Amino acid sequence: MAESQVMVEARSLVKEYGTTRAVDDVSFQVSRGEIVGFLGPNGAGKSTTMKMLTGYLSPTSGSAFVGGIDVADDPIAAKRMVGYLPESAPLYDEMMVADFLHYVADVRAIDGAVRRQRLETICGRCGLNDVLGKNVGQLSKGFRQRVGLAQAMVHDPDLLILDEPTSGLDPNQIVEIRELIRELGREKTVILSTHILPEVQASCDRIIIISGGRLVADDTPDMLSGSGGAVIRVVVKGDVSPEAILSSIPGVSGVAAVGEESGGRAFRLRCAPGVDPREQIFQAAVSSGLVLIDLHRERVSLEDTFRLLTTNEGGSHA
Amino acid sequence: MRNVVAVARREIRAYFDSPVAYIVLVSFLLVAGWMYFSTLFLLDRADMRPFFTPSPFSPAMLIVILAPAMTMRLIAEERKSGTIELLLTMPMRDGEIVLGKFLAALVLMVVGLTLTLAYPLTVAWLGDLDWGPVIGGYVGMVLFSASLLAIGVLCSSLTENQIVAFIVAFLFSAVLYYVYWLQFFVPTVLSPIVEFLSVSFHLDNLARGVIDSRDVLYYLSLTAAALLLATQALSRRHA
Repeated sequence: MAESQVMVEARSLVKEYGTTRAVDDVSFQVSRGEIVGFLGPNGAGKSTTMKMLTGYLSPTSGSAFVGGIDVADDPIAAKRMVGYLPESAPLYDEMMVADFLHYVADVRAIDGAVRRQRLETICGRCGLNDVLGKNVGQLSKGFRQRVGLAQAMVHDPDLLILDEPTSGLDPNQIVEIRELIRELGREKTVILSTHILPEVQASCDRIIIISGGRLVADDTPDMLSGSGGAVIRVVVKGDVSPEAILSSIPGVSGVAAVGEESGGRAFRLRCAPGVDPREQIFQAAVSSGLVLIDLHRERVSLEDTFRLLTTNEGGSHA
Repeated sequence: MRNVVAVARREIRAYFDSPVAYIVLVSFLLVAGWMYFSTLFLLDRADMRPFFTPSPFSPAMLIVILAPAMTMRLIAEERKSGTIELLLTMPMRDGEIVLGKFLAALVLMVVGLTLTLAYPLTVAWLGDLDWGPVIGGYVGMVLFSASLLAIGVLCSSLTENQIVAFIVAFLFSAVLYYVYWLQFFVPTVLSPIVEFLSVSFHLDNLARGVIDSRDVLYYLSLTAAALLLATQALSRRHA
């Protein structure tokens, strides 16, 4: 197949609203079949980035490609490949669920037997069979979200872009939607945004962290949650300045003082990936006359990485 | 074309699922009928001219109010509820969306006008009716409504507030409608210009039973201009 393996590409996307930069030079690629999670605090620019990929917003500069097509050049062809669930699933409240799905199929040019069969599969998958005759406005939040998902899948798109697909759902519904997404991810490329960390860890192959409009990390969940670089916590006592000694140890990429503890001073050391410098720390402490009170490797969760990357605007990791 | 029909079909359903369609149809039958028949027997002539001829109190004036009311939600509501994001990420051109919405309103308006065919039929039964001006009048009414509906769609595309859309569209339409009677207050040199700009003037012409291409072109260009601007407004989201 001559089809490219890159399903989505963002090339230095910038979006400005007046004087504020909502998205600032974001570039990334998503391969066919990948499930990618967009993480970031509220207002970080996740939704804006997604809106540019779907062709709803046009970028101030830079370009978005879907399936090799520039969204700005041929929006119709690009939109045909995408199924999009906007944030908080806006739907026509006065329409019946079945009518709404038929309307979407109509606009997506899916007719006859194909339509019947497609709608049947989707309604089964999203669990909509009991609510087809109800008005969208009467549905609970969970069902609305499912109708939103169904709507995005009517044309069997190669790419699904889901903006906070699980927001406002109860834990049971979250699990259901997450399973649905994972199932979809077997055949399709999925980009989803969320600020629920366990969710991306559970369902994504790759995580893109956006903060303050900038892309601050783009890696696998494993790399972002620890094995990408351990954090070692030490508590030392002594007259010499521990910062200089600690940061001179090979394999230590960052030193942060975290206050007093049991009569000594505590530090967190960020290490280069795949390096465990605990032995060197011990030796360096001994040779320079520092007293080591505590030395242990911290379990880094995705949450720590997220907080580290999104609170100090990227820091040294960017 | 398929997309235009899909959008129009959804909007027409929305009209009939809400009271809007019924209010429009009933007001056509009752208010327009009352406006017409209240003078018919006084004039004692089997004539439909008073039905079409614009005046401050005529069925055309009813359209000046109804057209903005029918179109105010078409795009404004999509903006307000966020469904515009679904709409604009579907594989459709912005122009197709605008055209579909406009056609839905036009269909409802034409249904309303069709119901009023009961009046010429009644009058033809009562006396000897000249059908020429009736046909011209209906053609005029459809073109006249089309232009006001297009203005309504334009106003709806500019805001997410339906009330704002209604008021702006109504003011705009009312100015185009009433400026016809203002020509007596402007210098005589300007008078023909004011007359030509007015939507009433052209309806008056058509209601005489003469279908003049200048009048038809006036309405068609007003409609096209408003719809093009509405399409622009819809694409301006990119700003």
